[in-house]
Amino acid sequence: MAYHWNWGIFLQPVSTGEASTYLGWLWSGLANTVALSLAAWIIALLVGLGMGILRSLPDRRLAAIGTLYVILFRNIPLIVQFFLWYIVLPELLPKAAGDWFKSLAPLLQFYTASILCLGLFTAARVCEQVRAGLNALPRGQQAAGLAIGLSLTQVYRFILLPVGLRLIVPPITSEFLNIFKNSAVASTIGLLELSAQARQLVDFTAQAYESFIAVTIAYGAINLSVMYLMHWLERKTRFPGYQGAK
Amino acid sequence: MERLDWSGLPQVLPTLWSGMQITLQITLLAIVLGIVCGTVLATMRLSGVKPLAYFANLFVTVFRSFPLVLVLLWFFLLIPQLLQALLRIPATTDIRLVSAMVAFSLFEAAYYAEIIRAGIQAVPRAQFNASLALGMRYVQVMRLVVLPQAFRAMLPLLLTQAIVLFQDTSLVYVIGLADFFRSATNIGDRDGTAVEMVLFSGLVYFLICGATSGIVKLLQKKAVR
Repeated sequence: MAYHWNWGIFLQPVSTGEASTYLGWLWSGLANTVALSLAAWIIALLVGLGMGILRSLPDRRLAAIGTLYVILFRNIPLIVQFFLWYIVLPELLPKAAGDWFKSLAPLLQFYTASILCLGLFTAARVCEQVRAGLNALPRGQQAAGLAIGLSLTQVYRFILLPVGLRLIVPPITSEFLNIFKNSAVASTIGLLELSAQARQLVDFTAQAYESFIAVTIAYGAINLSVMYLMHWLERKTRFPGYQGAK
Repeated sequence: MERLDWSGLPQVLPTLWSGMQITLQITLLAIVLGIVCGTVLATMRLSGVKPLAYFANLFVTVFRSFPLVLVLLWFFLLIPQLLQALLRIPATTDIRLVSAMVAFSLFEAAYYAEIIRAGIQAVPRAQFNASLALGMRYVQVMRLVVLPQAFRAMLPLLLTQAIVLFQDTSLVYVIGLADFFRSATNIGDRDGTAVEMVLFSGLVYFLICGATSGIVKLLQKKAVR
């Protein structure tokens, strides 16, 4: 194969005239991926926790809200959801609000749409895990709590959530890995995160293999750091006496 | 809502349908190849033969660690020449479709392998030992005793994964292949109806996936009874 390897390409200044090297592009892609994923994760946890609790409540109508949320967000492909937030929603909002959104700086538009989209998409998956965790607890615990005179809020606050949330740490952390992978779809609406930088690097340097190897390594580094963090958190929160605890 | 214009929809339906055919082709091929390769990988992983188990483990870990978008780009930008040489494809065929099909089949194989492995492990170990004691070979035990039971138990999970796969095929957008969603956005860009087209395609995906996952739920309830 007549392929010329050139790893030095990353230290060269970019050809667009920006004050950056190709390594700088790679770094900014990594920063965008991490920032987007972390911000979306906060939304995913808060909304997912709320919806998961709703789905587990005895009140059928409240539980139905949670169920509808999950059905809606799990049956539309993620890329379509990105387009819905970025292209469709500003048109359906009242005209003033839509125009205001479109007057924002492009980067701010990409970020707002991406964080909301990825966060609410992941929330539906977090919701399922929260519900599973709460369902895994013996039904007698809720009944006993109510019988000794606690209100339903107190039963959740002091009995169900402290145990249930610790049980679901392993599946929740694997959703945390997923959110980094899913953040790559944000490239389709124009956010220059890692996978988008891979394409841009190929286009500007013509060094396809180096570019892809570098981006792949960057994703690998994210993966390893997240897994290391997960492992630590799982050990910290393991619940003695339940499945998986040693 | 009154700003939307649906009058162009009937004329573009044929284009959307041919996009949907691409989507369905990729989905079906990836389901079939994914389950076949996934079964092979799962049995390799459980075979107890170190090099085989190690290879299967590596394959599954690699494909599950990286975003599907990146995997599609790998196969599209880096491997076309290799694919062309390996599969002896004439240079005139659309390499995007072939590379998408290969990428999805391998990617899904990694996910199916994990589902199938869990299914095999759920079959009691004693059955495996009993079959060996009867004089069956490893392949016979798997084919005649373990896999039939495992697949029956896994059916809902396999179908759910198929729905996920159907949704994920829309990511071929990144390599410019005109599947259902890319056809819709192409039409939207051409006719200035991007909003209507994205809404319509979202609705179509929602109805198909919603109905299918409803059927899977019914199957699950039946299986429990």
